[in-house]
Amino acid sequence: MSFAVNLALGLLFGIGLVVSGMSDPAKVLNFLDLPGTWDPSLAFVMGGAVVTAFLGYRLVLRQPKPLASASFHVPTNTSIDSKLLVGAAIFGIGWGLGGFCPGPALTAVSMGAVGTYAFVPMMFLGMWLARMMAARRVAASA
Amino acid sequence: MTEFTPIASTVGGVLIGLSAVLLMAWEGRIAGISGIAARLLPPYLDGAFRSRLGFVIGLVAGPLAYAAVSGTDVVQTVSSNLPLMALAGLLVGFGSVYGNGCTSGHGVCGLSRLSLRSLVATLTFMATAFATVFAVRHVLGV
Repeated sequence: MSFAVNLALGLLFGIGLVVSGMSDPAKVLNFLDLPGTWDPSLAFVMGGAVVTAFLGYRLVLRQPKPLASASFHVPTNTSIDSKLLVGAAIFGIGWGLGGFCPGPALTAVSMGAVGTYAFVPMMFLGMWLARMMAARRVAASA
Repeated sequence: MTEFTPIASTVGGVLIGLSAVLLMAWEGRIAGISGIAARLLPPYLDGAFRSRLGFVIGLVAGPLAYAAVSGTDVVQTVSSNLPLMALAGLLVGFGSVYGNGCTSGHGVCGLSRLSLRSLVATLTFMATAFATVFAVRHVLGV
């Protein structure tokens, strides 16, 4: 049941990325090119998504618990540390080079562009390396 | 050049936000794609693997479902510079997981929860992404 619901929600998210134009790296890179061929569309994607989630979360988080889980798992980490800044900075460089963030890169897997198949396996390798490094930090500080 | 699409981009953004809200209502979790994708790799620390797999399969199928329903082709221009895309993928995967979030987790979900930590992360990756595109297109002239 949870598998099917999550599949439907992933589908909705993926269709949103396609409809919004965010699944197209050319559009993302043009958004990031302020002094060049600037395309402001992505600001509207963020606006639509943030306003919807802001209103929806207020309704949902008022409930005692989610439908299929014992409790809400909302992030509790509020620290602004070097790990956050370094990670975000590195992510932004990669985003600016390829025009893909993780969601659009995954939707692109079904689209057949050769660059996607260079990007996605390396993305998973990077994710795995970051999880290993984070686990080592936790072990070292324990 | 890409066409400025404020209406389609807002509608797509609303669909993305709706998916995030429904995932919170169902699973009680943030729709952070980097976190969902990274946890498809071991180690498995909770029992949500099948849910995450379902979400990612839905995401990958998004463009196919959109094309089938709308009868229009999905436009996507991906660089075929394979070393560049491989490097971009590595940086996106590493950075998004090391910094605990990407465009969806920090950008959409974090901002809509009014998280200062996510705001700092979002401003950081936006800044390095803008700087990277500027360097590539206007300094190196690629």
